[in-house]
Amino acid sequence: MDFELLPNLVTFSPLGGVLFLLFLNSEKKNLIRWVALATSLITFGISIWMLMQFDANNPALQMVTNLSWIRIADWNISYYMGVDGLSILLILLTTFLTPISILSTWTAVEDRVKDFMIFFLMLEVGMLGVFMAQDLFLFYVFWEFTLVPMYFLIGIWGGPQRIYAAIKFFLYTMAGSLLMLLAILWLGINQGSFAVPTLIELGNIPLGIQTWLFLAFAIAFAIKVPMWPLHSWLPDAHVQAPTAGSVILAGVLLKMGTYGFLRFNLPLFPEASIKFAPMMAGLAVVGIIYGAIVSYYQQDIKKLVAYSSVSHLGFVMLGLFALNSQGIQGGILQMINHGLSTGALFLLVGMIYEQTHTRVFDVYGGLWKLMPVYGTVMLIVTLSSMGLPGLNGFVGEFTILLGAWGAGMPGEVLGSYWYAGLSAIGVILAAIYMLYMFQKIFLGPEGSIVETVKDAGHALRDLNAREIITIAPLLVFIFWIGLYPKPFFALIAPAVNNLVEILQAAAMHLKYSL
Amino acid sequence: MNFSEVANTGLFFNLAPLLVFLPLIGMLINMIFGGKMSEKAIGTVASLASGSAFVVALLLAYSLSAVHGQAYTVPFAEWIHIGELQLDWTFRVDTLSAVMMLVVSGVGTLIHIYAIGYMHEDVRFKDDLRRFRRFFVFLNLFIAMMMILVSGDSYLMLFVGWEGVGLCSFLLIGFWYDFDTLGQKSTANAEAGKKAFIANRIGDFGFLLAIFTTFWHFGSLQFDEVFAQAGHQPATVITAITLFMLIGVTGKSAQVPLYVWLPDAMAGPTPVSALIHAATMVTAGVYLVVRSAPLYSAVPGAQYIVAMIGAVTALFAATIAVGQYDIKKVLAYSTISQLGFMVAAVGMGAYVAGIFHLATHAFFKALLFLSAGSIILGMERGHHHLAHGHDEEVFDPGDMRNMGNLRKQMPVTFWLYMAGTLALAGIFPFAGFWSKDEILLDAKLHAEHFPGVYALLSIAAFLTAFYMGRQIWMVFFGKERTDVAKHAKESPPVMTVPLMVLAALAVLGGALNLPFEGFHNLGHWLGYTLGEVEGLALDLGVAGISTILALVAIGISWLIYGRNPLKEGQPDPLKKPLGFLFTGMENKWFVDEGYKAVIITPFEKLAKFLSITLDWNFWHDWFHNSVIFAGFQSFARFLSDPVDMGIINAIADGLASLTQRSSEGLRRIQNGFVRSYALSVLLGVVAILGYLLFK
Repeated sequence: MDFELLPNLVTFSPLGGVLFLLFLNSEKKNLIRWVALATSLITFGISIWMLMQFDANNPALQMVTNLSWIRIADWNISYYMGVDGLSILLILLTTFLTPISILSTWTAVEDRVKDFMIFFLMLEVGMLGVFMAQDLFLFYVFWEFTLVPMYFLIGIWGGPQRIYAAIKFFLYTMAGSLLMLLAILWLGINQGSFAVPTLIELGNIPLGIQTWLFLAFAIAFAIKVPMWPLHSWLPDAHVQAPTAGSVILAGVLLKMGTYGFLRFNLPLFPEASIKFAPMMAGLAVVGIIYGAIVSYYQQDIKKLVAYSSVSHLGFVMLGLFALNSQGIQGGILQMINHGLSTGALFLLVGMIYEQTHTRVFDVYGGLWKLMPVYGTVMLIVTLSSMGLPGLNGFVGEFTILLGAWGAGMPGEVLGSYWYAGLSAIGVILAAIYMLYMFQKIFLGPEGSIVETVKDAGHALRDLNAREIITIAPLLVFIFWIGLYPKPFFALIAPAVNNLVEILQAAAMHLKYSL
Repeated sequence: MNFSEVANTGLFFNLAPLLVFLPLIGMLINMIFGGKMSEKAIGTVASLASGSAFVVALLLAYSLSAVHGQAYTVPFAEWIHIGELQLDWTFRVDTLSAVMMLVVSGVGTLIHIYAIGYMHEDVRFKDDLRRFRRFFVFLNLFIAMMMILVSGDSYLMLFVGWEGVGLCSFLLIGFWYDFDTLGQKSTANAEAGKKAFIANRIGDFGFLLAIFTTFWHFGSLQFDEVFAQAGHQPATVITAITLFMLIGVTGKSAQVPLYVWLPDAMAGPTPVSALIHAATMVTAGVYLVVRSAPLYSAVPGAQYIVAMIGAVTALFAATIAVGQYDIKKVLAYSTISQLGFMVAAVGMGAYVAGIFHLATHAFFKALLFLSAGSIILGMERGHHHLAHGHDEEVFDPGDMRNMGNLRKQMPVTFWLYMAGTLALAGIFPFAGFWSKDEILLDAKLHAEHFPGVYALLSIAAFLTAFYMGRQIWMVFFGKERTDVAKHAKESPPVMTVPLMVLAALAVLGGALNLPFEGFHNLGHWLGYTLGEVEGLALDLGVAGISTILALVAIGISWLIYGRNPLKEGQPDPLKKPLGFLFTGMENKWFVDEGYKAVIITPFEKLAKFLSITLDWNFWHDWFHNSVIFAGFQSFARFLSDPVDMGIINAIADGLASLTQRSSEGLRRIQNGFVRSYALSVLLGVVAILGYLLFK
């Protein structure tokens, strides 16, 4: 029985805000906004405190809370929370993006602000729980729990086709997780524990069964990531979701999928992971190329960004299934990078949408001259997303591709240079669709939207102070990770090395059994 | 301690990071305070930033000579450390990088100064004064990035600079992003910038693969560590690395087949064309090959491919230059052609000749571009003078057919242009004569290993003299073909004085490496880094042939364009005799059209098919509705009916009503559809759980 306050405090502190909000008059919109913002900032503060307590050199779980929770027959479910190098950055990303998202809703959400904030904070609890939970059953509870607030966020505050999108989002994720639930139950019953560290230690699952378990988990996570070809819920969800929803969806929710692979598939089923690595990497490569090409042809800004996520998350998956330390560390960092860059892109798209109420490329053009700050910020984010050295995206993509190239050497896990080679084409394609987007909005002569807005009685304005405050923290990290990623790698390295050792042992084992 | 004693200790080497940070400081000053500064102040800050980097480069070069060319590294910052992957930012000062530093900051500073005058007028013609500051911000950023490129101690830092200059190139080509080159509202300039970025990205893709291969076989990206193993690695690995790198070279240094971005890059303001697209950035590929000399020298097969790419590019681009009418386009194709000379040289292992030509070309091509800019502005001035009070009609100030007899209106520019032309054409004793001849001599001496290179380069040299002669006659001689040309005006000293410095260098630059015993200064200097090479003596045969070729070419150009000057509206006199050949040259051999048909259109079709047909209509709509949705419904029915026992029913009812209540707010927008979904999902979960619990 261990109890460590901090992870629990981080996870559930947003509930304090929810309780408070319940008693507020829903007409006092500004007060509600401030309370929600303050809550999320407090949560962020606590998570920073947790970071201070975190020992980066320790690869094991830290700040563990382990309480017996449900015991029926031989089921042994515990309330098991903790933090390690695999999750710490994602937790911080979550607590970091939540206040930013809330800030972005300040003028964008006017309807039922109270409900919105309550759902939003509940969503944060769910996401944090996902990253903290170390018991499979507990993880599943949090995993499913995140669906509910997101479902409502899309369904109530979304665009014209919000219902369709919300259901699709809910249904796909739910359907995917059912098989995972079966696998979880199988593990819990047959191995006698739902606790992930215990299960890793036990190991010893025959390869045949590992294969099935791997697939059951993989489908759930692959839908969430989303990996090609399971991505078709994503454009709907992104396009219909309100800005803050898109930011969190892209920034954090998708990472729950990649995190799932990292936390469960790789260490729990290492032999199966090695066996499936070429297939998973292959799907990742297809996703990289496919997502990039499809992005290029979009007429709607948000949809372009949505599809670009398919491509970017493909890089993350490629890194993870390179199964070496460069690939996995790069993959984890790229999860953060994608959260920052794509989060920023969605924020920026939302900011212009608030003024123009359209996201169709054709009406845009030449805005850099009218909105120099906005244009410059967008340029930086675009370049970050394209992987320009000096900005965050490069560090992630470079290490992933390097890792994948190494994994492609003869006798290594992927065994072919094609994976990294083809993925590197994604770097070219990223330039094509990102520059297309930037040019359509900011370069060339002024688009018709300038006149349209003028006719409506106001002129396009550059970013205001609140918007700059919203986006500035993201820019800081875009540069920080790009220029000095060392502290970030330092946090994840020991845990990843641990994981790589497990995988290497499995590789040895596979060779002997062959 | 006095100055030279300090230099001997190597203390100055620690200043190397300033090469990057001085221009960055200039950039930041202009970014933050530039809004309230006058144009002069902005230009001065930027020029000083670049000029001080030049001073640092001089100090470094001086220190190098004091320590007999011993390479020096300055660790600066840790960057990416993962396992055996140890990537740091370290500065490297050796004789090769010092040459590049001097060229970049020296020519760069002159161009900064020139640009103060040029941009002053340009922003007024385009009516957007705010962009004056932006220009210098980008220009300083470019110098910083270029310095990262040439001063990096590893392939990774070289790549960082490589990408960084690509970004600056993109920003500066599309500097007038809301115009085309004629000053009309258009996306054309922005498109040109995008094209450059993408073509370069294709090259970067190759460079990246080279880096990956290097790392996994050599265990390092640091130059010395890589080169130390060059002899022990299998030839296949080194061949792969060098050829991957070559893709990068063809992108950045505008070689066949990726050169197509460079002519379009002329959309950028002329100082940009001079600095980035002639003197410095585009030579990065040449620098890369020279830097990797130990690798290239180990694989002759790859060397031959490099040399042939260079030689073919040299000739191919020269033919196109013959058929161009835009003054900058001629120079652009000429640049591609001259870069081909350099690439051919370094491909043959003639590293000194390649760097020598790189330096002299930086002088005379920057001079030519900037003089062309002076001409274009001169024409603009004339145009504005005439159009005063009238509706402005479309007029192309860069079209040579609109010029003629400009030596009368712009005498200073004329003489400057002549100096550049003679240097480029390779006339004795101008700088280009010496450097080009050294390349030709190397090609002749190594003809056994590199067959064909000498012939290709010789024809290219002949065409070079011809198209430059054609240009001179068309621009400066004959009669004015438009009123505008009659009213063209000379440029102010802030523009012409930097040009005079460049002209002096274009005349005297050959002194860097004269083919006489004891005068192989550059060869000796680079020898510290590349290994001592025997200096070539002047070969009267090669020099004689090339001089005769050049003079004959100029003579022919006089016969065609000089004796009977082009009349207003008259087609090019070469059009008739050469027929379809000239049509080909005029239209750049239709390469852009070919790329469009073979690559771009199919790509767009593929993108359309994937995104509309496959991803949306089939996968998103049909598959979702007909398979997933329908399948799910029947699955849920199957589950719920047989398992519809009392207890589950009760749970389900309870849960269902809970859902109903909690979703009360949703009722208005909710249809039965939603509930049936959610309910069936719940039922499914409950059914499975129940089965497992009570089995």
